[in-house]
Amino acid sequence: MRIGIDVGGTNTDAVLLDGTDVLAAIKTGTTPDVTSGIVAAVEGLHRQHAFDPAAVRAVMIGTTHFINALVEARRLAPTAAVRLSLPAGSSLPPMVDWPRRLVDAVSGRGYLVHGGHEFDGRHIAELDEAELRRAAEDMGRAGIRSVAITSVFSPVNAEFETRAAEIIAAELPGAAISLSHEIGRIGLLERENATIVNAALRELAAGIVDGLAASVAGAGISAPLYLSQNDGTLMDVDFARRYPVATFASGPTNSMRGAAVLSGLDTCAVVDVGGTTSDVGVLDRGFPREATTEVSVAGIRTNFRMPDVLSVGVGGGSLVRGGPADVAVGPESVGYRLTSKALVFGGDTLTATDIAVAAGRADIGDRSLVAHLDRDLVRAALDRIAAETAEAVERMRTSAEPLPVVAVGGGSVLLPDELAGVGPVRRPENHAVANAIGAAIAQVGGEVDRVYAVEPGRRDAVVDEAKQEAVDRAVAAGARPSTVAVVDFDEVPIPYLPGNATRIRVKAVGDLQVGS
Amino acid sequence: MREITESDLADVARGAAVLGTGGGGDPYIGRLLAAAAVRAHGPVPLVAPAEVPDDALVLTVAMMGAPTVMVEKLPSVDEIATAARTLARYLGRELTHIACAEAGGVNSLIPVAAAAQLGLPLLDADGMGRAFPEIQMVLPTLYGVRATPMAIADDKGNKGVLDTVDNHWAERLARSATIDMGCSAMIASFAMTGGQAREALVPGTLSLCAELGALAASARDDHTDPVDALVRRLGGRRLFTGKVVDVRRRTASGFARGDARLSGMDGDAGAEMVLRFQNEHLVAERDGVVQVSVPDLICVLDRESGEAVTTERLRFGQRVAVIAAPADPRWHTPEGLALAGPRYFGYDHDPVRVSA
Repeated sequence: MRIGIDVGGTNTDAVLLDGTDVLAAIKTGTTPDVTSGIVAAVEGLHRQHAFDPAAVRAVMIGTTHFINALVEARRLAPTAAVRLSLPAGSSLPPMVDWPRRLVDAVSGRGYLVHGGHEFDGRHIAELDEAELRRAAEDMGRAGIRSVAITSVFSPVNAEFETRAAEIIAAELPGAAISLSHEIGRIGLLERENATIVNAALRELAAGIVDGLAASVAGAGISAPLYLSQNDGTLMDVDFARRYPVATFASGPTNSMRGAAVLSGLDTCAVVDVGGTTSDVGVLDRGFPREATTEVSVAGIRTNFRMPDVLSVGVGGGSLVRGGPADVAVGPESVGYRLTSKALVFGGDTLTATDIAVAAGRADIGDRSLVAHLDRDLVRAALDRIAAETAEAVERMRTSAEPLPVVAVGGGSVLLPDELAGVGPVRRPENHAVANAIGAAIAQVGGEVDRVYAVEPGRRDAVVDEAKQEAVDRAVAAGARPSTVAVVDFDEVPIPYLPGNATRIRVKAVGDLQVGS
Repeated sequence: MREITESDLADVARGAAVLGTGGGGDPYIGRLLAAAAVRAHGPVPLVAPAEVPDDALVLTVAMMGAPTVMVEKLPSVDEIATAARTLARYLGRELTHIACAEAGGVNSLIPVAAAAQLGLPLLDADGMGRAFPEIQMVLPTLYGVRATPMAIADDKGNKGVLDTVDNHWAERLARSATIDMGCSAMIASFAMTGGQAREALVPGTLSLCAELGALAASARDDHTDPVDALVRRLGGRRLFTGKVVDVRRRTASGFARGDARLSGMDGDAGAEMVLRFQNEHLVAERDGVVQVSVPDLICVLDRESGEAVTTERLRFGQRVAVIAAPADPRWHTPEGLALAGPRYFGYDHDPVRVSA
């Protein structure tokens, strides 16, 4: 058995799974300390389906806690950003393009020092140990507790970041150190930003991870604890302490992967219908398709791997206005006030939920309060919702191949059984806790993203080498070797460079090896 | 537009990405460098070529190298200014104006940084009216303006001056130096008099970049189609709307060549477009028939936002609009086509011009 828990901003959902069978599922409120909400959720599961804590093999948690902390600029540690690039790069110091309030929130201090590599592996400058020690002394005086180190072209050669970390650790014992080559890919500012954000979250991560571990242990469960990452794979607790930034996009990712397991489809469009919006994503062989543009988080440009999600302003709380001929649904929504504003709850506002109840698709609140609605209006509003959803799915589709549609989330009753031009809509059982299920079934992965010099006739060998390294990394992260497969491969020649320099990205994943 | 302030830079960058026709590099770093310089030294006065005195000394400045390297080893404002100062010293003359060699991508923002740092006015003009991949592919070449003497500077303080027999040699030697300098260097070249700048440059292109950027942003705010707004302003045509279904890339003689296949949607459902690129988009074919080719502009835009998509970012699944716009007419002269027509890039056909 496994337990999957999704800690969202509002709700904490939990599921008890045997294989992919859902034995129990529960929704509770998220508590400010996170942990008591988890304790309550696990107790709730136990009430629904009594289980022996010793029979739980793994606990997987997905959380938006860290991204929310960044967005709200709270509980961030005083952080220094060290960049090894001089004499290059001085015009654009660390955090150059950050919103002021976040620079302040991390008490951000930037240090430019000598070092870094050229594209072909030469040193831009030699590392200056005395310069680094002076920087570390200054950090100590300024009360810095977490350090982000970024060296030019470190995804190609990380030697300077590793050496700088040793020097700074010796000068600033106890400071958490985050290295950019372990966090991001080519693109210095974006990688550096992600590393600084990670560094600023390290203290919070330590506290939260300890709390999670304590609450799971408190429930008598001794199984290992994992957190879900942006790409739908798992990290263990120790990794999560060091890389909290890797949880940032786990919410939509878990929802999509949960939809996949609930529906039995690994390639499909997933429509997650919430209160205000519907989020449409695409699963390709079990993993969310990634966004291809830079993603800005809280106004900070990063190059995280984020799922490509299209949001449309239609949800259960969307306002319905106009008549049968010109009906409009959303984007305005009553949001969390649905239970006081909607007609079926005795309110005065016509919402999409009222339409669903009037049409007999849902039985929420008092049905008699919407009995008076014009049948033509109800039909027109449902058609409008269907048309907008179909358009969003159509936009996300990448080939002429039909793409099955899976609907999850509380608002999915709004969708018809068939979307015009798209096909049937599946609404699997337990769709309301798809996030927690997505966390519970996550796999472990390994990734390589590096610039290779591909000599003539050596392309296949280089590609094989990169793929093998990704597979090895997945196994090192805890995947059962027999299940590991390469799921993503991308090869981009770099213009103007000699020697056929090519950037290769490979991702391999496999099932988690759980205790027997 | 009389000056470029920090708040104009986002629009200029957005518009420059459109005129970059898929190449020219992501203008983001250029925008940050220009912002840093403008913050330190104040707004940059923008001067129409018609207002430049005959005895002016105008230089173009640009980043040379791989945009993919530049996003990792960030250039600094000093390197840009150093290249310009080095060339002025070699010429033994006082610099009076800075100009853009190309109006696309990062190289429309680098000159803003240079002008701010040097305290000089910037010409509202450029050498191409778009982006092209090689140094000699500028209209001043057609007027006999030489790329050299040319100065090149790197992050370490290395400086060099090249004085070559023709502009092709300038490209070749500067390219070699750039690779040794870490594949990212700053160059100052095409020293011109005011008279030459007036006759040889494409006027108004920086204002055009700013206008295109503002148009796309305001169309989005008004919920009208930004792609249509850009097409109208450029006097061009929407060639195709579709999804990227395949991108094939290869590196050939130092350039990223490749082709992208698009499957039609909306009004183009059932049709296919193939884009052939070498850093920039060179040829657009619909169902095997060439629709438009260099020297006219072929721009790939995000279908929803109107943001330009560079060739290195083209990826399976993107939903894009392909638009075409006429190039400066001088590119369509026999001399212009010899420099940057389809045959120069290895395509065995005459140029196909965009018809609105």
